[in-house]
Amino acid sequence: MGNERILIAFITIIIKEVSRFLRIWGQTILPPAVSMTLYFIIFGSLIGPRIGRMDGFEYMEFIAPGLIMMSVINNSYSNVVASFFGAKFQRHIEEMLIAPIPNSVILTGYVIGGVARGLVVGLVVTIVAMFFTKLQIHNYFIVVSVVFLTAVLFSLGGFINAVYAKTFDDISIIPTFVLTPLIYLGGIFYSIELLPDFWEGISKLNPILYMVNAFRYGILGVSDIEIGYAFTIIFVFIILLAGFALTLLKRGTGLKS
Amino acid sequence: MYALEINNLEKTYENKLHALKGVDLKVQEGDFFALLGPNGAGKSTLIGIVSSLVNKTGGKVKIFGHDTETDLNQGKTCLGVVPQEVNFSFWESCMEIVLNQAGYYGISRKVAYDRAEKYFTKLGMWDKRNDRSRTLSGGLKRRLMIARSLMHEPNLLILDEPTAGVDVELRRSMWDFLLEINRNGTTIVLTTHYLEEAENLCRNIAIIDKGNIIEDTSMKSLLGKLNTCIYLLELCNSCEILPEIDEFQLRRIDSMTLEVEVLREQNLNQLFEYLDKCNIQVGNIRSKSNRLEELFIRLLNNKDEIHNGQ
Repeated sequence: MGNERILIAFITIIIKEVSRFLRIWGQTILPPAVSMTLYFIIFGSLIGPRIGRMDGFEYMEFIAPGLIMMSVINNSYSNVVASFFGAKFQRHIEEMLIAPIPNSVILTGYVIGGVARGLVVGLVVTIVAMFFTKLQIHNYFIVVSVVFLTAVLFSLGGFINAVYAKTFDDISIIPTFVLTPLIYLGGIFYSIELLPDFWEGISKLNPILYMVNAFRYGILGVSDIEIGYAFTIIFVFIILLAGFALTLLKRGTGLKS
Repeated sequence: MYALEINNLEKTYENKLHALKGVDLKVQEGDFFALLGPNGAGKSTLIGIVSSLVNKTGGKVKIFGHDTETDLNQGKTCLGVVPQEVNFSFWESCMEIVLNQAGYYGISRKVAYDRAEKYFTKLGMWDKRNDRSRTLSGGLKRRLMIARSLMHEPNLLILDEPTAGVDVELRRSMWDFLLEINRNGTTIVLTTHYLEEAENLCRNIAIIDKGNIIEDTSMKSLLGKLNTCIYLLELCNSCEILPEIDEFQLRRIDSMTLEVEVLREQNLNQLFEYLDKCNIQVGNIRSKSNRLEELFIRLLNNKDEIHNGQ
């Protein structure tokens, strides 16, 4: 297939993926907006004033970047895992598998779909956050690049989960038992400097900590970790997961008998 | 050039099921080819391997000369597949489904739209183009899958039981449509359980059973192997006692119906003369079963019998 044809195939997958989550916006975009509003009300307005300032910021201001990042992570992951598993379940993934589309294009198409949903939901949550606190961007480049790369990373994660999933239970196990604990322990609601040394060290093994802190740095200008280190971690994970996902597609794992 | 060339194709599934045991098959360009076999014979596995949805264990597959190991994407551009089971998104409209499929083959939206109009119209479902696919009837779903498979205008079209569950009228119209695209140059490989369909449409035929090709020949030559025909004679008057005729094997079904097995070299006029002498008047005569069906069953039961011309 020539480059022009590959581009058409790529755009087709993106259109299909984006229109999928926009068509069911009541299930994909609205719920995170509602749940984040509740987070802001409960943790920000009700509990936040009793906690006081953190890293020199109002508690509401401190948690806002983490909550935005949490929405981006959850939604980019769940978009790809649900869409790709749904395609497997209904077997319309075969439409793509019998077509002369390179595996890298299939993977990138799905990842862009996940990134698009992550960014749309992130934007919605940011707008919600602005009703509760003021968000002054410290570094636009870091904000945009971290949110984009994080969405890419978790879209890849969702893709791999979907490839292995055989039942609908399988697509909820990782988000429930792995992703959610890592997100909650990833420094969204607190600075790891508050933790004892041992737990601070353990926390640094959590990759989500680096993404949340890098994003917080982009908005507030404060972080518990080195920003360069955060970018390195994100890039390394993206390369590893992309390579793994492509290997799975090439082998036909979970797709071909 | 062969549209499809399969050499020594092997497939063993993880559960140790040996689905294909060294299958060799060649389909000429422009052919209308029937691949028949009982359930579980290996037809769908074979189609799955050709369409790259199933990994083969061994052997080679070439689609219009493109080896699926070294030149898979070129092979895929030549191939269209209508699977046995519905495999499109239930949430998309018919038009979205075919436009997306064209997009996967790198066909622009404008060209794809024109083709969609052409094939939807020919298949009698243009007015359903904006309906969600899940709302379609079984027959329309089949037609949608055929339209989808033609969006990139493949040179080789594989249809895995395309008329299963489709009413007679629609089946006939689908036959006309398939014959038309075959006349226009598309090679067709058809699997079906309606043997009448294979006999009417296909020029060449292969029969697969338990992972082996047990017959691969022209339809004419295969049907020529059938040495006998069984006819049902509907009588004008009641026949209580079966007449004894040495040359023909007669069986009484009921008082108004006789069954007779006629060898190829025997003359039906002779039979009627004998019956006339016994004062039995035949009002109607019809073949008991489809010829290919008869052969198919005999082949599966005992292929040696056919080969020996018995």
